[in-house]
Parts: sequence; C-alpha cells; structure tokens
Amino acid sequence: MKLRDKNQIMDEMSMKRALTRIAHEIIEANKGVQGVAVVGIRRRGGPLAFRLADLIESIEGVRPPVGVLDITLYRDDLTALANQPQVHRTEVHFDITGMSIVLVDDVIYTGRTVRAGLDALIDLGRPKRIQLAVLIDRGHRELPIKPDFVGKNVPTSREEVVSVCVREIDGDDKVTIQELVP
Amino acid sequence: MGISAQSTQFNRRKDLLGLKDVSNEEIELILNTAIPMKDIIGREIKKVPTLRGKGMITVFYENSTRTRTSFELAGKYLSADTSNLAVSTSSVQKGETLRDTIKTLEMMGPDILVMRHGMTGAPHYVAQNTSMRVINAGDGTNEHPTQALLDMFSIREHKGRLAGLKVAIVGDILHSRVARSNIYGLAKFGCEIRVAGPPTMIPPGLDHLGVKVCFNLKDAIRDVDVVNVLRIQRERQQTGLFPSLEEYSELYMLRPEHLSLAADNAIVLHPGPINRGVEISTDIADSDTAVINEQVTNGVAVRMALLFLMMGGRRDEIAA
Repeated sequence: MKLRDKNQIMDEMSMKRALTRIAHEIIEANKGVQGVAVVGIRRRGGPLAFRLADLIESIEGVRPPVGVLDITLYRDDLTALANQPQVHRTEVHFDITGMSIVLVDDVIYTGRTVRAGLDALIDLGRPKRIQLAVLIDRGHRELPIKPDFVGKNVPTSREEVVSVCVREIDGDDKVTIQELVP
Repeated sequence: MGISAQSTQFNRRKDLLGLKDVSNEEIELILNTAIPMKDIIGREIKKVPTLRGKGMITVFYENSTRTRTSFELAGKYLSADTSNLAVSTSSVQKGETLRDTIKTLEMMGPDILVMRHGMTGAPHYVAQNTSMRVINAGDGTNEHPTQALLDMFSIREHKGRLAGLKVAIVGDILHSRVARSNIYGLAKFGCEIRVAGPPTMIPPGLDHLGVKVCFNLKDAIRDVDVVNVLRIQRERQQTGLFPSLEEYSELYMLRPEHLSLAADNAIVLHPGPINRGVEISTDIADSDTAVINEQVTNGVAVRMALLFLMMGGRRDEIAA
C-alpha cells in the first residue's frame, strides 16, 4: 500500500496555535489545573501530551503530571491482524484516581482507539473525569465518542489518510492528507 | 485505528517447541514484549482484555509448581480462559494414548496447548497432530524454551544486554532441558558459555555448540557475569552418575568463595525448586546476588509475551 501527499492542512505554526488554544481551553474548562493530568496515547499522542503540559505550565505556572498510554493490549482488532503489533510500556507514574485526566491523541477517526484508551486508563485507577483532546477530528465515528477539545475539524473521505507528523518522532511538525496511489 | 500495526513475523509460527529453531529477532521480540507485560503484573488491576475469548489448556505429564502456575496466571492476566488437565487423575491413568487425549482436548476448542512430558519429542509429535498451537513446557531432557527465555530476560534486565556476556551453567548438564535451551538461546546472542559438572553429567558434543566444558567449578566461574545453577534432579538420578549427594555438594555446590572469583556484580540464577545445601549454599540462595525470586515473576511476564504474540491473528492464517 503506497500513499502520496494530497495536501498539507497544518504546518508548524498552525499546530502550535491550535495546541495553545487547546491548552487555554483545558485550563478554562477545569477552572485552573488543580487535579488535572495529561495522558497521551502512543505514539503521537505522547509528544502532544508533553507539549500541552508545557503550554499549560507556561500559562498557569503549574505543570500538570504527564503520562503515556500504550493501548495495544486493549485494541478490538487484534484477532483480525495477521501480525501482532509491538507492545510498548504504559508510563503513567502517578495515581490517576480522583484526577481530571485529559486524554490526548493526534487524530480521532472511528473512536476505537479512544475506546481502548478509556479502558486502559480505567484499569490504572478511577479518575474523577476524563476529557478528550485531539489535534485533528476527521469524522466517521463508529462509536458514541466526542472530543472535548479539537485542534481542527477536517472533513475526509474514508479512502484518505490523515498523517500527523511531530518533530519528536518525525523530525518536523505538519499535518497532511494522503491518498492511496492506485 | 490510529496506530500502525508494526509487522512482526512471530505469530506465523504455530508452535514453540524449542529455542533451537527460533531466530534472534523472535527472541528479542518476546523479551521486549515481556517488559510491558511485567508492568501489568505489578499493577493493582492485573488484567488486560487482550486474549478475551481465547482458550488455553495446560497438560503436564510431569510435576511442576512454577511453570504450570506461571502459564496459567499469564493466560488469566491476559483474559484467556485457562484450564488444566490433572494427568494423575485423568483418563491417561485408564490407558488412553497421548494422541487420543490430545484429540479429546482439541475437540473442546482451546486455541493453545501448553505441554510438559517426560519423553523427548512428545510436544513435537503432538504439534504435528493437532490444530492447536503448542508450547513446549519441558520435554524429557530436550528443551524447556520458556525457562531459557525467562533466564535471558532476567540476565538482560540486570546486565542491560546479552551479547558478549560470560555465562556459567553448573550441574547436571546431561539431563537438563534448562541447560540445553539456555545454550541454544544464549549462543545466538554471542554469549561465552561454560558448563561445569561431574564428567558423567556432561553430554558429548558441546564443543560443537561453542560451549566450553570445565570439570572444576572454580575454572567455570572465574570472571563470569552470570552463574546459572541447575537443580540436581533426584527423580532422574537412579543410575548412579555420581556417588552421593554429599560428594556432589563438596565439589559442585556454589558457595561464596566460588562467587568471589566471578566478575563484579555477577548474578546467580536457578530455575527452582532449589535444593539448599546440594547445588547451592543457603548463603548464596538468600543473598542479593541471587535473582531466583525475580525469575519467578519474569517467568509470568515472558509467558504473557509469548501467549500474546502466538495467539494473535486468525488461526486459518497461520502457516503450519
């Protein structure tokens, strides 16, 4: 399966602005950062969670705890995959019980990753509430899941792929829509 | 889903019968996967839904405390349904053949069979005659692959690597499936392997595997990073391969004075159950250099990794 870039919808600056706005919205929705923690879903939700924590700290002067969730073992499509995906560690080194958790991912699509993330999170403790922040909402939900904070709504067709690049993993920051090469 | 399925060839493998024919990449994948699995064992909620709806059955024709329980808990922590055939109270005692017993179990629908048998090659025979995936939990004096995997995991956890380490395996090498699987596995990663034990308990041909044979414990232990002490298997000791347990312990029991010859921060492994005062002195068994208790936890983690890697994908996609 080969993909080619169709068009770029975000660059470094627009990603930064979107994340900064989300950071403000998180603070506003939670009336501060007391009891708030940010947890990213591997892989690209991880770096985004750390960036949101940095931004929240620069606005409020308090850094919320940050964690990274590996949801591989919670996927609902494992038996449909020919090969098992690599499992990585979940690194949430604080007690989430009683906290307001902001779950972070790069793209929300069917909602199945978030469903897995919610289950993985709840197995670590009992948060007071869970909110969802995503950089891109591309539609086509298959589960009743709705993000609380969205960087950009992007209408897509199911044949397209939304590719989020983050400098921590990919070397640069950008969001592109890709399509299959026939 | 949002994350890509990194392709691994592992679950194209139907069975795990020994480390002899397992690649370095597969071993590394198992060991790497065992790291997040070990985290799960340390959590308050020790359960993930990964293998929901999968069935696992353990059939042990020989006694076992840790291996069988370890597999069973590994399956349960991953939400598989696990069941154990108690051979001593089963129809095996009425003369049912191995093949018929396995066929009967297969018809109950489990996906994976974990098997220990006193005969070398029994799991291989079973694997060829069943659609279930088969994991060898020890066959005769041949292999015990999951023990070697947990030993390798424990070594890597303490030493940060496997490559280039010096490892001494001490005891009854001839009858030890643990030794055999360790030798196959460690040799693939470029470890320098030495064995020590009574001459009657050293099988011929070890030099072909690159193993150095020592008949003196001190020679074997000098400068090593790891000492893996084997249990003297009293159940396989009816043939008089050494005069007495007293003489064995005099010559081959690991004591602090031996360990002082090893490299700094050397660790001591033992597959258990330990015979205190026979192959290992109580001082060492209870010291910080012994990682024997950690090995037990690591065993569950490694078996969780293996079950996860083997039970993914649909059965009709598996190359037999």
